[in-house]
Amino acid sequence: MMSQTDETPAVAKRRDNNMAESNNQSAETKLSDVHKRIKAAFETFDNAANNTVDVREIGTIIYSLGCFPSQADLHDFIAEVEEDHSGYIHLDRFLPAMTKVLLEHKFPPIPKDLLLQAFEVLDKDNKGYLEPEELTKYMTQEGEPFTQEEMEEMLTGLADHERNVIYYKDVINQLAIDPDM
Amino acid sequence: MFDRWCFCFIAGCLLSSFLMSTVTPKTMKAAVLIQRWYRRYMARLEMRRRYTWNIFQSIEYAGEQDQLQLSSFFSFMLDNFTHMFTFPPDLISQLLDPVVDPWLDREICYSLILVPESYSGPRLSFPLSVSDTNALLAAFKEQQTLHARYVLQLLYETKKLLKQMPNIIHLSTSYTKEITICGDLHGRLDDLLLIFYKNGLPSAETPYVFNGDFVDRGKKSVEVVILLFAYLLLYPDNMHLNRGNHEDYIMNLRYGFTKEVMQKYKTHGQEILQLFQDVFSLLPVATVIDGKILIVHGGISDQTNLDFLSSIERHKILLPFTETTRFTLCLIVVHLIECFHLEQIVDVLWSDPKIQEGCSPNTFRGGGCYFGPDVTQRLLLQHGLQLLIRSHECKQEGYELCHGGQVITIFSASNYYEEGSNRGAYIKVGRELVPRFYQYQVSRTTRKLTLTQRVRAAEGSALRALKEKLFAHRSELMCGFQEYDQNYTGRVSVSEWALVLEAVLRLDLPWRTLRPHLARLAPDGSVEYQSCFEDMGPGIPLPQVTSNLAETLFRYRTDIEIIFNIIDKDHSGLISIEEFRHTWRLFSAHLGVAIDDSAIDDLARSIDFNKDGSIDFTEFLEAFRVNWQIIMDLLKNAHQ
Repeated sequence: MMSQTDETPAVAKRRDNNMAESNNQSAETKLSDVHKRIKAAFETFDNAANNTVDVREIGTIIYSLGCFPSQADLHDFIAEVEEDHSGYIHLDRFLPAMTKVLLEHKFPPIPKDLLLQAFEVLDKDNKGYLEPEELTKYMTQEGEPFTQEEMEEMLTGLADHERNVIYYKDVINQLAIDPDM
Repeated sequence: MFDRWCFCFIAGCLLSSFLMSTVTPKTMKAAVLIQRWYRRYMARLEMRRRYTWNIFQSIEYAGEQDQLQLSSFFSFMLDNFTHMFTFPPDLISQLLDPVVDPWLDREICYSLILVPESYSGPRLSFPLSVSDTNALLAAFKEQQTLHARYVLQLLYETKKLLKQMPNIIHLSTSYTKEITICGDLHGRLDDLLLIFYKNGLPSAETPYVFNGDFVDRGKKSVEVVILLFAYLLLYPDNMHLNRGNHEDYIMNLRYGFTKEVMQKYKTHGQEILQLFQDVFSLLPVATVIDGKILIVHGGISDQTNLDFLSSIERHKILLPFTETTRFTLCLIVVHLIECFHLEQIVDVLWSDPKIQEGCSPNTFRGGGCYFGPDVTQRLLLQHGLQLLIRSHECKQEGYELCHGGQVITIFSASNYYEEGSNRGAYIKVGRELVPRFYQYQVSRTTRKLTLTQRVRAAEGSALRALKEKLFAHRSELMCGFQEYDQNYTGRVSVSEWALVLEAVLRLDLPWRTLRPHLARLAPDGSVEYQSCFEDMGPGIPLPQVTSNLAETLFRYRTDIEIIFNIIDKDHSGLISIEEFRHTWRLFSAHLGVAIDDSAIDDLARSIDFNKDGSIDFTEFLEAFRVNWQIIMDLLKNAHQ
């Protein structure tokens, strides 16, 4: 409340109405903003400018919108929106499904401490770091395994250059993604 | 979900029984979590890589659009003076007048040049042998420069050879193993050396086609093109060069080749440049393999006709100022035929494929067309061809197919926009005429850069270029923002911000995604639009300019630089007062405005700030600033 002067009831009522209106507006604008974000991400991969994207890019699009689905989650999502196994996904089906995901926070980000715990589970000897062989073993043979390409990229990206081990605590902090998304 | 976990568990056990002791549901869960997190990070990186690419590409094409503006500037001039019944080509030829007639063969130019004892670079002997080309390779790897005498001789011999060649070269695979086709090199010596290393040096067993754009933008255009010409002389039947749109006088002035030559060859630079232009204009425009694969630098149009293309006298076509020459020449009946010739060549060197059907003018480039799959289909059918290979556009993977596989774009300059921006590629084609692609990427560091580092570097570079654009359009943008911000709060919503940028800059970019890098948010989530222009100032110091003009000059400085370079015939970096007077007189005369000599002299003297009798580029820019309004008014009035 910025105003120090007395308000007449009429003025107060008008102010309340305005706030209510702007709250409604903000719900609408929020939805339209969400739609715009989804469309913008979608368009980056819409090479033929016909409102479809290759199904293999869907993961990238969803991740870039701030969500953290697992492979299984992605699989389910795709099954919902793909056009009869055509290999393509149309914006008309993607938009409502994705809007729901965003508004319901369906695939929330992984909190840092949980991530740290996960690494600590893998680091059985409590060394504070993981050897490349150890990490490779877990990433390529457990869970939702990495391909060889993914593994190589991860090792090149995360390993400390001198010691060639992965200091996971540092890595978690370093790989903070830009704010706002 | 639990079933899936069970399955994974069992599968894990079966696949790697020695892990039995370590596999627990707990480690599985941990692994999944880490995988999810990492995959998301990689996807985010891929997103950034894509929009970085979009930025570079849209700015590049917008830059080529500026070329169009320069041409329109000149066509304004010429518009008027065709009314006065003087020959328009006069102005062009006076402006571009080479010191010597290019078509006089000058035998003596190189033989009189003495090569000092102290010169330790390659000493070529003609006709060239393998030891000469090896010497060149070794020298260039050691950063040596070839002596001007040998450059001139090489160019002279190349010119002689090219004169005998037709416009379209026909090759066959029947006598060779495979033909290698490379795309744009743009002065990247490292890429050329990498191709030679991976694929072999040019020889009878390893024939090559290089599809244009050997020079400009990169720092080693001279070395690249010397090597290509040397191999051309050594193996004329196994080395083939197509002309690209950058093998051209005006493009070289603008995009760096001219500057590079003048820097490396201070004494003989002008002669060397002259010969380069002769050689470029003599390069063939197309290659056909086995009558089935057509290779041209840009593309085609719905007017392209290979038989007609074969018959043109290609060296007589003056390529730059495509708009103006076309316009003015069309006015004169005698030149109508040449007009059509010019279009044929321009189309083949400048066109780009598009997804939609039809053929439309290529407004981004200022020349050539956008051609659709139907145009491709028709041309291929008409001439019994099955494939069109072209270059001209940078592609992330070094190559790209379109038009249902009937068109291949091949691009051989890796890291074109920035370290890590794209791969380069080449094609190999054998008797069965099925193209195979080979990719590579040159790396400046010996340690492999991570994807993150590469994306960050490219992104930084792209964003800097984008910020420059924002600055150059500052007042228009501010006007746009203020329309949404009538109360002068300094803020607009993110949507409004994106709308204004889209409308003013006309670059098709994901503005909302880029917003964090370009502007600050206020606590309430709206954009503080003034923050777009922070940390940004023009590279050239301009004395006491009003903000509007500062922007205009910033925006047009490349064009102004080109005009400067044209007037500065000897490329010394300085215009003599006399040269300036001469050119300004021409301009005023053709605008139909009577300005007496003393007024021009006063103008010239006033521009020469340091009174040393010549005008450098900063002074020239200042002259434009002072007189811009006058020029624009004159143009407006003259046009009416």
